[in-house]
Amino acid sequence: MNAHELIRSSAAVMAAKLASGEITSVELVQAHLDRIAAVDGGDRGVNAFLHVNTEEALAVAADVDARRARGGSDARELHELAGVPIAVKDLIVTIGQPTTAGSKILEGWMSPYDATVVKKLRAARMPILGKTNLDEFAMGSSTEHSAYGPTRNPWDLDRIPGGSGGGSAAAVAAFEAPLALGTDTGGSIRQPGAVTGTVGVKPTYGAVSRYGAIAMASSLDQIGPVSRTVLDSALLQEVIGGHDPQDSTSLTDPSTGLADAARLGNVKGMKIGIIKELHGEGYQAGVENRFNESLELLRGAGAEIVEVSCPNFGYALGAYYLIMPSEASSNLAKFDGVRFGMRKLPAEGPPTIERVMAATRAAGFGDEVKRRIILGTYALSAGYYDAYYGSAQKVRTLIQRDFAAAFAQVDVLISPTSPTTAFKLGEKLNDPLAMYLNDVATIPANLAGVPGLTLPGGLADEDGLPVGIQLLAPAREDARLYRVGAVLESLLEAQWGGPILDQAPALAQTAAKEAK
Amino acid sequence: MAAINREQVAHLATLAHIEMSDDELDRMATELAVIVDSVKSVSEAAGDDVPATSHPIPLTNVMRDDVVGHVLTAEEALSGAPDAQDGRFKVPAILEES
Repeated sequence: MNAHELIRSSAAVMAAKLASGEITSVELVQAHLDRIAAVDGGDRGVNAFLHVNTEEALAVAADVDARRARGGSDARELHELAGVPIAVKDLIVTIGQPTTAGSKILEGWMSPYDATVVKKLRAARMPILGKTNLDEFAMGSSTEHSAYGPTRNPWDLDRIPGGSGGGSAAAVAAFEAPLALGTDTGGSIRQPGAVTGTVGVKPTYGAVSRYGAIAMASSLDQIGPVSRTVLDSALLQEVIGGHDPQDSTSLTDPSTGLADAARLGNVKGMKIGIIKELHGEGYQAGVENRFNESLELLRGAGAEIVEVSCPNFGYALGAYYLIMPSEASSNLAKFDGVRFGMRKLPAEGPPTIERVMAATRAAGFGDEVKRRIILGTYALSAGYYDAYYGSAQKVRTLIQRDFAAAFAQVDVLISPTSPTTAFKLGEKLNDPLAMYLNDVATIPANLAGVPGLTLPGGLADEDGLPVGIQLLAPAREDARLYRVGAVLESLLEAQWGGPILDQAPALAQTAAKEAK
Repeated sequence: MAAINREQVAHLATLAHIEMSDDELDRMATELAVIVDSVKSVSEAAGDDVPATSHPIPLTNVMRDDVVGHVLTAEEALSGAPDAQDGRFKVPAILEES
């Protein structure tokens, strides 16, 4: 198998080839570093990576290879994914690599500790290829709000890769990494997955520790896997999931048997619910067509498809844009020019701490971050709290009741992941409200804490761009997503004659990636 | 509910410790007015009998043994600070007069 074929394999196949000795981890990591060097840099590069972790990734790979060569308990104790490389969203803190959160305010900042998920990657000896681009502090749906330039969609370099985790999704879609970590507050794993033809999962809230993910909205944020196959996401969630005493919202009883569920692949007799409110009007025709096709395939495989109604989902977007900025305005107060990151002195007048703080935050934060901090400060202020934040929290209860009623009737829910395919870079940049609408189908899961998965559902007829299919399950039932997702994936791939990314255009060699 | 105006944005920016130019205040007030208008239906969605949800998966009283675990050293904690002295964060003047 040559390097071109190797980097296009699934993580599970890479792991099997490492275990059998057909390839070494150093070869595998080097093939990905070469791919990053070939397609990520320059004016027309994908720009998925903010930092490339060459030395450490190769050292970890060499260690895995040495353990395997020694045999015995050293080799036996290696994790199934040992030696398979991964990229990490730059919202997640790492020792030895800068963490910027896509913001100028943290430029060059080095975390003194590892996030729990990063510790788990290190324990599994998965080489970390680098840190991926994102909308500043994960605030956006296009990666255009990154202070370090947008990421480009590998399917069309003039289009957005989704956001906020556009870097992780694009890296996986462009074969720069087989796996990546993302974070999902309102759709930041799933919407980028949809528009890049990749798989992404937002686990049940609390199933994966948030310790070391720079918080945007703590009651909504969740770390999750990004991959090219459903099984790969299941394998990765098993690595990063589980209880963590350092995150007091971490579940002691999360869903298990995820990879087994993906391998089981059977939907016979399952009830799958179409959410009446999450398709039809406002959804692109090509998205709707691919969605209907997936329903037919599932029906053919023995699932019963019924329609359910979630009448309060119409309020979800509004509630989200009150709760998320409220929590963000509080979480981002720590960027004060004292404890970490940049400090800027005011242009004139005495440099008192309050004025230094205001000047630092003015220079360090971008427009979208400022907009959300001001909106959150407003929603929490005296006289408005009950009408805005208080009402939004009540809507959250109504959304949870809608889910409970729906899951009393069906095993999983299904919808398009995003109402449209990837739009052009710049198209919605100056219209915040239009940008927010991208998350209309993904937000309800965050408000209710339930897990959601996106997988590619094919290409829209009108523009040839990927469409995402979203599956939703009750809290702690992440395994169901993998079970149904794997079935749909195999039915779709049988139709396409292979993975959807085989149909993506080849990327031209770009200028070498500059070290940033 | 009243629409958000420029004076309010200026006040909120002060509360949030973000310096803003006149242009920025104008732009922010216009954009936020549109956003606030789009979310105001939320206040009519739920009746008084609906309880608020602050956290998606209810957990109560998460406790641990009162044992000192691994914590950052002072040096580690100060490693990313813009200014430090004698093992402490160094801040600009708290009061107007120095």
